Amino acid sequence: MSSIARAHADRADAGRVRTGRLPTWTLVTLATLPAVFIAVFYIWPVATLVGRAASTGAVRDIVHDAALRHVVWFTLWQATASTVVTVVIGLVPAWVLARYEFRGRRFFTALVTVPFVLPTVVVGAAFLAILPVSLDQSVVAILLAHVFFNIAVVVRGVGGLWEQLPPDLTSAARTLGASPLQAMREVTLPLLAPAIAASASVVFLFTFTSFGVVRILGGPAHTTLEVEIWQRATRFGDIGVAAVLSIAQLVILGLAVLWFARVQARRRNELGLQPLDARRPARRRGERVAVVATTATIALIVGTPLGALVERSTRTTTGHSLAAWRAVFTPSSQAVATIGGNRVDALGALTTSIRFAIVAMVISIVIGGAAAFAIAALGRMGRLLDVGVMLPLGTSAVTIGFGMLITFDVAPVDWRAEPWLIPLGHALVATPFVVRLLLPTLRSIDDQLRGAAATLGASPLRVWREIDVRLSLGPLRTAAGFALAISLGEFGATSFLTRQGRTTLPIAIEQLLNRPGPVFHAEGYVLASVLALLTLVVIGSVEGLRLREGHRARRS
Amino acid sequence: MLDVRDVSIRFGARVVLSDVSLVIDRHEVVALLGPSGSGKSTLLRIIAGLIEPDSGDVLLDGESIRRRPTHMRDIGFVFQDEQLFPHRTVEQNIDFGLRMHRVPRSDRPGRVAEVLQLVGLAGFGPRRVTTLSGGEAKRVALARTLAPSPRIVLLDEPLTGLDRDLHDQLAIDLAALLRATDTTALLVTHDRDEATTIADRVVALTDLGS
Repeated sequence: MSSIARAHADRADAGRVRTGRLPTWTLVTLATLPAVFIAVFYIWPVATLVGRAASTGAVRDIVHDAALRHVVWFTLWQATASTVVTVVIGLVPAWVLARYEFRGRRFFTALVTVPFVLPTVVVGAAFLAILPVSLDQSVVAILLAHVFFNIAVVVRGVGGLWEQLPPDLTSAARTLGASPLQAMREVTLPLLAPAIAASASVVFLFTFTSFGVVRILGGPAHTTLEVEIWQRATRFGDIGVAAVLSIAQLVILGLAVLWFARVQARRRNELGLQPLDARRPARRRGERVAVVATTATIALIVGTPLGALVERSTRTTTGHSLAAWRAVFTPSSQAVATIGGNRVDALGALTTSIRFAIVAMVISIVIGGAAAFAIAALGRMGRLLDVGVMLPLGTSAVTIGFGMLITFDVAPVDWRAEPWLIPLGHALVATPFVVRLLLPTLRSIDDQLRGAAATLGASPLRVWREIDVRLSLGPLRTAAGFALAISLGEFGATSFLTRQGRTTLPIAIEQLLNRPGPVFHAEGYVLASVLALLTLVVIGSVEGLRLREGHRARRS
Repeated sequence: MLDVRDVSIRFGARVVLSDVSLVIDRHEVVALLGPSGSGKSTLLRIIAGLIEPDSGDVLLDGESIRRRPTHMRDIGFVFQDEQLFPHRTVEQNIDFGLRMHRVPRSDRPGRVAEVLQLVGLAGFGPRRVTTLSGGEAKRVALARTLAPSPRIVLLDEPLTGLDRDLHDQLAIDLAALLRATDTTALLVTHDRDEATTIADRVVALTDLGS
């Protein structure tokens, strides 16, 4: 065979495998961008943390540190208690929303999700606003906030499985002599067990690494590991111990995520359940009461803390007024609350946050987009990149911020003063979400479609633009919205990277609420209300778009 | 033995059953015939207490059970799609009703083996129900219902979804089984051949109401 013929055959062969796909070298180039990003801004900082942890006698100090044992103990038991309470309470709305059809069901399903998309600092502020002073800085406050924040995890996770369980399984148990309670214990709960376990592990991970809520509601008496790491690193300069704690936390989280992924993979579809919608109107009196009581409770639980937030923002020593709102939104020097000589520029924090959010969104869409396209196209080769870009998801934001803080502080990488460092940290947190939102769509694109476009004369680049990019526009928009919302509310990493003149909304809220003085507090509640509103508008509009497009797709 | 009196129910604006009455004698096997969507299943569910009728009464052995919850009615039910508990083995499924009826622990394995033998599935006890064939699942569902010896067995389209040969064989087996165990049964079906094969008496739903 002549060399020309062989080259021709090779091309034909390559064409059969991936018609209309971008050439491999393009994909590899595409993959380098996220790979370098992760290597520099995630792996290097984590490696620095490991180095610091190993090079000091910190490990020895920790073993003898009674205060630290107390912190670990508190972190564990508050997370366990929060998880148990959240799961038990969450099962009721999960049942009602999965089993019954009633007016406004979709609305209440969305309403339950609202707390989950709110920034943790806002959740903390809302519970600070609602609880009497006697419960401020108490464990009860922390638990309530954790339940409020995480209940959507249970409702979505368990409810998703519950609506697929045939209701007649319960009927079968009842005709065999089981009381409603026995049917629940013997049939429904065991069948829901995988979803309950999954939701519980997610809630446990969230509450174990709780930072924003505890910073606002914990006070000096209640410190979780995350808060302890932050305090030791930024307040006491105890970098060694903080690094050891971070690494320990990282290992624990990593193991937990791995275990969780394995359990999930094993349990998937073991029961062979089919998608099903067996919702029906509530007929019996008891059922109707349950529906009404549950929806009313959902409205109350979600509405009251948010309402209290707004109420407190208008409360003054003598009554109510919009003074704090006017003060925040008046760009004069008087609007700047002074805290211990440090000024908190509320309006400045708002503009800073919006600017950072836009930058973080662009970075995470570019990096996450490149990663998703490369992972989808590279097949088995893309798996390593897939794991790489997911790493930040299994790492607490505090660890990410801490690692960046101690890595980028010496020339030539002394980037602490760079204005892009904070949004870049936000992008690191948001990128895994971008990738996860894009990948399903990219993977579901039929290769034949690309082939069809290619036979119609489209070059690989054209195919990529017309097919891959065009079909991912919807998920890209959703991802952009989520990236914006994540950046707006990001508190853990920002706590380490924040500097004078670059205060974001969550940082300003925490500063204002943790200082004595009704003026500070009112302004803190104003900012928390604004942040809540911003987040809900961003998430609401991308979710709204998604729903509308879903309808259109179904109709056509 | 079973006495359904003037049962009516509507779902929203749709009247599903209007003044339906039906009497079944002890040891009698009755087939209720009607097209799908005619309310046959609804009637069975009302008798079992899974749905409350808007009006009318259900009597068992001369006693009104309308206000009695399902699990205290002692009425067996074979569901159209079996509804075997997927997280339990065959014997655990059958044992379920015995446990609920507080049958002494020592008596239960014997009874489980006995009904498995009855439906021709001796030795199937340790199998996972998700590994059963369609016909086997139907037999297990029947065994599970018969195990606690209910006063009457209600069967909701128990043989649908099987291929013709298997269907006909199971219909013959079912007829023999119900007689061998002296079971009182009410069977719902849209298949006239199936009804005549299994039942002593065939009634059309349309003849029962007003």
